[in-house]
Amino acid sequence: MSTDPAFLRGLTSSRRDALRLFGLAGAGLGLAACGVKGQKAAPPKQNDVQKYWAGKTKHGHLNFANWTLYMDKARTPLKDFTQQTGVTVTYREVITDDPQWFGKISPQLQAGQSIGYDLMVITNGVELTKLVELGYLVPLDHSQMPNFAKNAGAAYKKESFDPGNVYSVPYATGLTGIAYDPRKTGREITSIQDLWDPKFKGKVGMMSDAQEIGNFGMLALGIDPEKSTPEDWTKAGAKLQEQKDKGIVRKYYENDYIDALTRGDVWLTMAWSGDIFQQNLSEGSHLKFVIPQEGATIWTDNMMIPKTAENPVDALMMMDFFYRPEIAANLAEYINYVTPVPAAKDVITAQAASATGSKKTTLEAVANSPLVFPSDADYAKLRHYRSLTSATEKEYNAVFQHITAG
Amino acid sequence: MRRRLAPYALILPGGLWLAIFFVVPMVVMLSFSLMQGDVVNGFRLTWHWQNYSEGLSTYDSQLIRSLIYGVLATVACIVLAYPVAYWIAFRGGARKTTYLFLILLPFFVSFVLRTFSWKFLLADDGIVLSPLKDIGLLPQDFHVIATGFAVVAGLTYNYLPFMVLPIYVALERVDPKLIEAAQDLYAAPTQAFLRVVFPLSLPGVFAGVLMTFVPVSADYVNSTVLGGTNNTMIGNIIQNLYLVNTDYPQAAALSFTLMAILLIGIFLYAKALGTEDVLEVATR
Repeated sequence: MSTDPAFLRGLTSSRRDALRLFGLAGAGLGLAACGVKGQKAAPPKQNDVQKYWAGKTKHGHLNFANWTLYMDKARTPLKDFTQQTGVTVTYREVITDDPQWFGKISPQLQAGQSIGYDLMVITNGVELTKLVELGYLVPLDHSQMPNFAKNAGAAYKKESFDPGNVYSVPYATGLTGIAYDPRKTGREITSIQDLWDPKFKGKVGMMSDAQEIGNFGMLALGIDPEKSTPEDWTKAGAKLQEQKDKGIVRKYYENDYIDALTRGDVWLTMAWSGDIFQQNLSEGSHLKFVIPQEGATIWTDNMMIPKTAENPVDALMMMDFFYRPEIAANLAEYINYVTPVPAAKDVITAQAASATGSKKTTLEAVANSPLVFPSDADYAKLRHYRSLTSATEKEYNAVFQHITAG
Repeated sequence: MRRRLAPYALILPGGLWLAIFFVVPMVVMLSFSLMQGDVVNGFRLTWHWQNYSEGLSTYDSQLIRSLIYGVLATVACIVLAYPVAYWIAFRGGARKTTYLFLILLPFFVSFVLRTFSWKFLLADDGIVLSPLKDIGLLPQDFHVIATGFAVVAGLTYNYLPFMVLPIYVALERVDPKLIEAAQDLYAAPTQAFLRVVFPLSLPGVFAGVLMTFVPVSADYVNSTVLGGTNNTMIGNIIQNLYLVNTDYPQAAALSFTLMAILLIGIFLYAKALGTEDVLEVATR
């Protein structure tokens, strides 16, 4: 670069330029100074539902945003849907993480612009609550959802995060339990207390998500997370801190716990049910998943329509379509998560009866898997998440993130 | 007239770019750091300076750890990079460009991917540690991943080229005649290096420190991938506050705290090395 002094002076010359730059920055400050508006919305009344859906018609097309590996490669349910209703579907597996997806779509929703999708799948949790509180979701017209009314399992119609399915219906449900490598642990794992066993020092994986880890801290103390109070959170926090201070925890994992378990970096870890099944299938590993005797948590991935959707009627049709038992069965066979449609079990059992060879074995395994169709005894052991508002979220996060962010 | 305007015309594109994409976001973030509220109810500017004090008191250990990791990784970079740069500059001969290209080659692969590959290489039962454990050289519960050492080593590895290149440039400019002159004056090779070559290369080291220490201290990928339960850096905290908690005011306050600490540190460092050196680097 030239070192001609005149040139340098030219670059840095006057104080006025600096002031002008600050003037421009001042404009930016002015923009932000009044604060950034929230848009807290009131819960919808019955006529809001009618008002929204009145005059809306089928467009024959729909854009669907889903999580990765959440439908078979051939997209069979979508093909069936197009065949039976004439509605074509653009399907993209673009969601990998709730908070980041929320971060991506909320500016567009706030500005009232389309996010490019008419149907999306989001887990119950803080982001879903925020979407509801901000009024970013369309209230569903249940008069257009006969299959949901008929086939959805009773438990899925009264979930605490969206009672009465005002904004969402489940796509699939999964359990957070314990996965382990029996060759390494040398014994069967049955209890959450095993995660606190000093014998497994440095070989235990916990999840970094505040809700997931908080749930397990509470379950270890016999507290039902769904009904927990801030005092319970503090107690659970102390229990988890003890586990960390003793060096039992190897690391607080995101979805990479599954690789750590397969590689042998951890021997037992908090885990999601379907992951273990898919990992054993694709890697030939011999991992086991257990619902601990203290209980496991159940979470739900939900379908919903953003308020700026361009094809809401088609999206609603698609949602209801997933509640046909044969469609739900097809989906469960591939993803191996819990289906919200109990009748799908009969469909799979019937398919297994008429199938032969390895196909028959696989179908029977799915039909009898407690991870796809939990028994009543299993359901009794499943606990739900504490639903957090943006006000309680801060308090909750402060307790548990203090542990995971060491 | 035209001569007087020319510098302004030249600065205009870059200046505008920086004003729009650097200054304005900075000011917006600065105002965010003094707000209160949440995403649902909105954020209001209440000149809430406590965001800074709360951030400092809650995350002090992560902040201090980031600076320590930053210093350790930077020092490791200097120790590793200097001999390499020296060798390429004085002994590289006709193949200098090839060697420099080799230093840069890892950049052709995404650094997240490179960091992840460490995880596989150094897994507890992986291809490196497993044989060493089997022959009894290492205890069975020995591990590298999920330790502070792994994080600092990962940081060093990822930022090494940023140290090699500026030191190389500085050494490359050292006139061999100066070394000859030193030898003519009966300086031993060590003396010639310490009193002639090394002082002349300091601006390169200075530039290298700037280019590694600042990004290393704010890095969050290495501690995510290679760290364990007690290796969280301030970058992880800020990222988490922005993306997971959507607590923009706290995240913004922490960002500015980190920036202020780094700026003060660099100014002190520049003073200690002497300001002429800084200017010399800046005008190259």
